[in-house]
Amino acid sequence: MVSSLLPRRPNSRMMELHLTGFESCPLFPGGVVADHGENPLAAASFQLPACSDFDGFQKDAIQMMKPAKGTTTLAFVFKEGVIVASDSRATMGGYISSQSVKKIVEINPHMLGTIAGGAADCQFWHRNLGIKCRLHELANKRRISVTGASKLLANILYSYKGMGLSVGTMIAGWDEKGPGLYYVDNEGGRLKGTRFSVGSGSPYAYGVLDSGYQFDMSVEEAAELARRAIYHATFHDGASGGVASVYHVGPQGWKKLSGDDVGELHYKYYPVIPTPTEQEMADTSAA
Amino acid sequence: MARYDRAITVFSPDGHLFQVEYALEAVRKGNAAVGVRGTDVIVLGVEKKSTPKLQDSRSVRKIVSLDTHIALACAGLKADARVLINRARIECQSHRLTVEDPVTVEYITRYIAGLQQKYTQSGGVRPFGLSALIIGFDPYSGAPALYQTDPSGTFSAWKANATGRNSNSMREFLEKNYKETSGQETVKLAIRALLEVVESGGKNIEIAVMTKEQGLRQLEESEIDAIVAEIEAEKAAAEAAKKAPSKDS
Repeated sequence: MVSSLLPRRPNSRMMELHLTGFESCPLFPGGVVADHGENPLAAASFQLPACSDFDGFQKDAIQMMKPAKGTTTLAFVFKEGVIVASDSRATMGGYISSQSVKKIVEINPHMLGTIAGGAADCQFWHRNLGIKCRLHELANKRRISVTGASKLLANILYSYKGMGLSVGTMIAGWDEKGPGLYYVDNEGGRLKGTRFSVGSGSPYAYGVLDSGYQFDMSVEEAAELARRAIYHATFHDGASGGVASVYHVGPQGWKKLSGDDVGELHYKYYPVIPTPTEQEMADTSAA
Repeated sequence: MARYDRAITVFSPDGHLFQVEYALEAVRKGNAAVGVRGTDVIVLGVEKKSTPKLQDSRSVRKIVSLDTHIALACAGLKADARVLINRARIECQSHRLTVEDPVTVEYITRYIAGLQQKYTQSGGVRPFGLSALIIGFDPYSGAPALYQTDPSGTFSAWKANATGRNSNSMREFLEKNYKETSGQETVKLAIRALLEVVESGGKNIEIAVMTKEQGLRQLEESEIDAIVAEIEAEKAAAEAAKKAPSKDS
């Protein structure tokens, strides 16, 4: 505002009134006031923090901000379509912030996406993908393929590469070519596959999933395999837990099959067997 | 009236876009082109004006492919056609890149028509002076398709259509004689329609046939001559048959 016009008094012991932060200069881009003496029409800039390795500092800052993909999600293709399953726990460091997060998003009645990484990023971009899929349907009078949808998302994420998005998602659906499953992440990577698991609990889930997988399974068998894989991942991984949801994508679209609390699943798989007592304390009759 | 045809962004008082209508005139002066859709083939035919002796006729291809499964023929300004064809070819590949799927005939027609429309609503440009006939097979359903676009940017699907010089007579002929055909019969129908307005002979007609398995195939002059001869023979036989009963009575 006005302070920049006051004459400078280099040897003055008076306290300067700092009005930084209160100024707003619509003439300068970015709202930063140019120093007097400089060309007022020069592009606005700010000083970098004084440190020896600014790139490293930036990377650390991003790593601090980027939520680790604390979750377990999995999906696999089999004879009857695609099974998609996930847990429902959200963590902020060691704090469990929610046990009921919906990690499987419904992009359209024939396509599902999973969330791993930043919940906000995944939710927003899946919704955006849903919009694009619908526009494609309206323009082309046919549903978009899983290939096309995953490619649209991957191209968007690639254009934001390096800007700190955290998205590790799987796109599962049934289109004219049959069941389709793609893994798409914030690096812009996109992989077609038959079995994927994403998140901190994925190694545990892969163990159960890979050893029990068969292409010729019924829907119930496949759902049970997915449920067990999620349960075992939640058992070992602290960042996964809550409810194990299982969805199935068939030729008519997706259908939610089950949502079981993993605590209850534990006792279902490993019921407590009452140990037979060898000796019982009995009342002694008065001798 | 003359005052309303300078900048094409201006409507005339009675709702005309004169530049677009003048572009249609340019189309009407262009060489005849016909397209016929069969059950398993689609045929495009264009009139070939007599080539100057020193010209290499192979460099003047009038029926071009936009992708392995899409082809185009047009009537009107050939230079404008070249620009439009190049843009359409790029769009075909761009579509393959972004959705990993080949374009449908309807999609690329919509793109070309959209381009033509854009040039009727921009400042300082004139519309493309051509009508295009676009043929192809749908990459999924395998159904054959024939579409036509015009300088105003409208498009629609057709069983058979003609554009360019004397297109009205060709269209009338097609309306009278069209029926579901396949293979060679479709080719014959296209040539018969062209022969209504073009001097007969293989060197005045260019024909290309699109099949699902083999894509676009340009017919050799000798092949066309053979089919033309067949058609003439059939016509002569029909004439004779017509005259014979009346002689008896």
